[in-house]
Amino acid sequence: MKLEIRFFASLREALGTSQESIETPVSVQTIAELRTFLSQRGEIWAQALADGKALRCALNQQMVDANTALQEGAEVAFFPPVTGG
Amino acid sequence: MPIRIQENDFDVSAEITALRKGDPRVGAVVTFLGTVRDMNDGSQVKGMTLEHYPGMTEKALEEIITQAKTRWDIYQTLVIHRIGPLLPEDQIVLVVVSSAHRGEAFAACEFIMDYLKTAAPFWKKEDTPEGARWVDARVTDEVAMARWKKK
Repeated sequence: MKLEIRFFASLREALGTSQESIETPVSVQTIAELRTFLSQRGEIWAQALADGKALRCALNQQMVDANTALQEGAEVAFFPPVTGG
Repeated sequence: MPIRIQENDFDVSAEITALRKGDPRVGAVVTFLGTVRDMNDGSQVKGMTLEHYPGMTEKALEEIITQAKTRWDIYQTLVIHRIGPLLPEDQIVLVVVSSAHRGEAFAACEFIMDYLKTAAPFWKKEDTPEGARWVDARVTDEVAMARWKKK
């Protein structure tokens, strides 16, 4: 499916990208599967998105957990735990 | 429920005045002001830069305030959060809550701040003598938020 993916803060810097449009294979149906799919892009991606890294994700600008199903055309964001205030 | 994300500084007194103006039901106004410290995790902090997720930030804050309004009998709320470069002693965040009595306003203000700390997509990058570093999330912030879920 077509997705708009976004990265913020330290993750954005590590990956060297803040936003891109991607087309995922049918095997990618959840946030967790998308994370695994992206981690296969190379060493930097594997490291930044490794299971041990505490990351949060948002689907259409709403914080969700890793088991959440993706939707066609959705905006999916990955970022480290927030530190505002 | 005004929510403002801005680079510019703000005037706390003027914001409080505007918030309670024309509302004689108000008997209590609670304000939280967050400012930049010059020390964090053992390092001198020369300054910091705040990044956020435009769009989601506003939605997350609206959600937080809506929750506060269902839990406490409060009248007006205001949240201002600054982004961009900031220096020690600068104001970062302002939360103002008005109500008839102080108890509701104190609780709602603390709730909004605790939720903001863990659910609003802001990130701080500090400039220290050892170089720039992203601030790690604090476990104590998660604990502070968890308190509200038990009640």
